[in-house]
Amino acid sequence: MKILVGVKRVIDYNVKVRVKADGTGVETANVKMSMNPFDEIGVEEAVRLKEKGIATEIVAVSMGPAAAQETIRTALAMGADRGILVQTDAELQPLAVAKLFKALVAKESPQLVILGKQAIDDDCNQTGQMLAALLGWAQGTFASKVAPADGRLEVTREVDGGLETLSIALPAVVTTDLRLNEPRYASLPNIMKAKKKPIETLTPDALGVDPAPRLVTLKVAEPAKRLAGVKVKDVAELVDKLKNEAKVI
Amino acid sequence: MSVLVLADHDNASLKPATLNAIAAAAKLGPVHVLVAGHGCDGAAAAAAQAPDVAKVLKADAAPYAHPLAENVAPLVAGLARGYGHVLAAATTVGKNIMPRVAALLDVQQISDVLQIDAADTFVRPIYAGNALATVRSGDAIKVITIRGTAFPAAAATGGSAPIETVGDAGDAGLSSFLRSELSKSERPELTAARIVVSGGRGMANGENFKTYLEPLADKLGAAVGASRAAVDAGFVPNDYQVGQTGKVVAPDLYLAVGISGAIQHLAGMKDSKVIVAINKDEEAPIFQVADFGLVGDLFKLVPELTAALPPRK
Ligand SMILES: Cc1cc2nc3c(=O)[nH]c(=O)nc-3n(C[C@H](O)[C@H](O)[C@H](O)COP(=O)(O)OP(=O)(O)OC[C@H]3O[C@@H](n4cnc5c(N)ncnc54)[C@H](O)[C@@H]3O)c2cc1C
Ligand SMILES: Nc1ncnc2c1ncn2[C@@H]1O[C@H](COP(=O)(O)O)[C@@H](O)[C@H]1O
Repeated sequence: MKILVGVKRVIDYNVKVRVKADGTGVETANVKMSMNPFDEIGVEEAVRLKEKGIATEIVAVSMGPAAAQETIRTALAMGADRGILVQTDAELQPLAVAKLFKALVAKESPQLVILGKQAIDDDCNQTGQMLAALLGWAQGTFASKVAPADGRLEVTREVDGGLETLSIALPAVVTTDLRLNEPRYASLPNIMKAKKKPIETLTPDALGVDPAPRLVTLKVAEPAKRLAGVKVKDVAELVDKLKNEAKVI
Repeated sequence: MSVLVLADHDNASLKPATLNAIAAAAKLGPVHVLVAGHGCDGAAAAAAQAPDVAKVLKADAAPYAHPLAENVAPLVAGLARGYGHVLAAATTVGKNIMPRVAALLDVQQISDVLQIDAADTFVRPIYAGNALATVRSGDAIKVITIRGTAFPAAAATGGSAPIETVGDAGDAGLSSFLRSELSKSERPELTAARIVVSGGRGMANGENFKTYLEPLADKLGAAVGASRAAVDAGFVPNDYQVGQTGKVVAPDLYLAVGISGAIQHLAGMKDSKVIVAINKDEEAPIFQVADFGLVGDLFKLVPELTAALPPRK
């Protein structure tokens, strides 16, 4: 089967994000960017399915500015076969991303699309579910295990109460949770090889999608800071504070 | 215009977070609650008792026995056209179904809403809660998931809303439920507990959660949570994870034991009223958010704390 994997370029998860003084967004200048961690898990899963002989081709897709090429290269170095960049400097919200993916699905006819459960910048947790809706496909979200069985997929999902396993029809959209796998590091030879793999560049226009945002951001602010606390010297002092000062026990 | 709330339930009763969603919805207009299930009279009756609820819509059919998004989303989208807002709690059920509803309606969902400024203007966290965005939606129907900890639960009893039966949208034939492995616990539910005791990588193994943290939780009547590191290492099940990509909690008291305080963990607990940290590293970032910090070896301090606490009332 052919697999499409979403790889979003986001501020690296180790960066302490700062809100811009003018309240229009967060500081992105000179900030380390990386592949969304859930998308690394998605690429890894696709590569494993290919190593098992289940997947035949892996196409890594990123949508955003020209620099998102780097994110695609990372996916190619992990084992994806080729890349597609949908290039735009406009803000993309999940509904627009889902529509762009739908257009790519029409062009590429994959059997499986793997996206992350959530992008760690917008924290929306929407795109995979929206894409499945637009395609009329099944969805296996927050997956911690994916097993092809009888032309369908068995997807084990991380839910509030624990785990649940569904059988879903193919083609399908799967979104990754943290426990699905541990992504590999790309080896130097694979990084070199990735430089020769093809990346096609498209635009929202060429795909016939109007990506205009539906939500207008009026303001971005810092959350209220917690007041600095105190260190207590021992358990007795802690219990006393909790009982008599904080009155929570 | 009325507001539709999709209930999260287990057919017999409502999940606590549904009452938080009802409280948020009540700020926007008269509240109708949709209970889509199978043999779900119990859950529908529970919803009807919440005084903030004006009407319960019950869709009782086999395709809704489990909340499969492929089956539930078309039902919600079909009903949504009569409403200005459709809300659900940002539980795994809400997160799974609502974006599918939004896409069917061609609207951009607003996830994890913390505050309602106006019928079209909402505050939501981005970047693991390191920034709060105020967004305005121009869509005709607003599809929203709400963060339970930001809206105190609506009253559960005292009301008697009418229950109306609605037809079902059938089985999409795309997915079926096979099995679940749910964590069983006598403890309060993590997101609704008044006190939460969480362990991290410092716990070293799962056995230590039982030997050290559970007696402390028992004494406090607390729920037990964990960091991602503790879940990934297999000390405890996935549903214990607190954080940006796990559960968000805001109890009266949160005890972080052997947890360093990565931003992804803080995102899930920093709105707790009182935070206590026990960590042997006095430089651990968790101390920057802790009201009371205790530096030292948890294997010595936790048993001491358990012994020093007054017996549970
Ligand atoms: C995409 C993504 C999503 C994530 N989502 C989450 C999330 O939702 N929730 C989450 O928690 N994390 C999440 N993380 C992981 C997060 O970045 C941290 O890696 C994780 O929280 C660390 O867990 P920890 O504090 O238990 O472990 P560590 O950082 O290893 O800290 C262990 C602490 O225990 C202390 N310790 C050790 N032994 C003892 C002892 N005997 N006595 C006292 N103290 C001791 C140490 O001093 C140390 O501070 C996410 C990461 C990514 C990339
Ligand atoms: N601009 C993008 N380019 C590629 N994939 C994306 C993009 N935006 C979202 N996705 C995919 O959708 C997932 C969920 O994103 P979100 O719904 O924004 O939380 C991400 O983990 C990606 O797999």
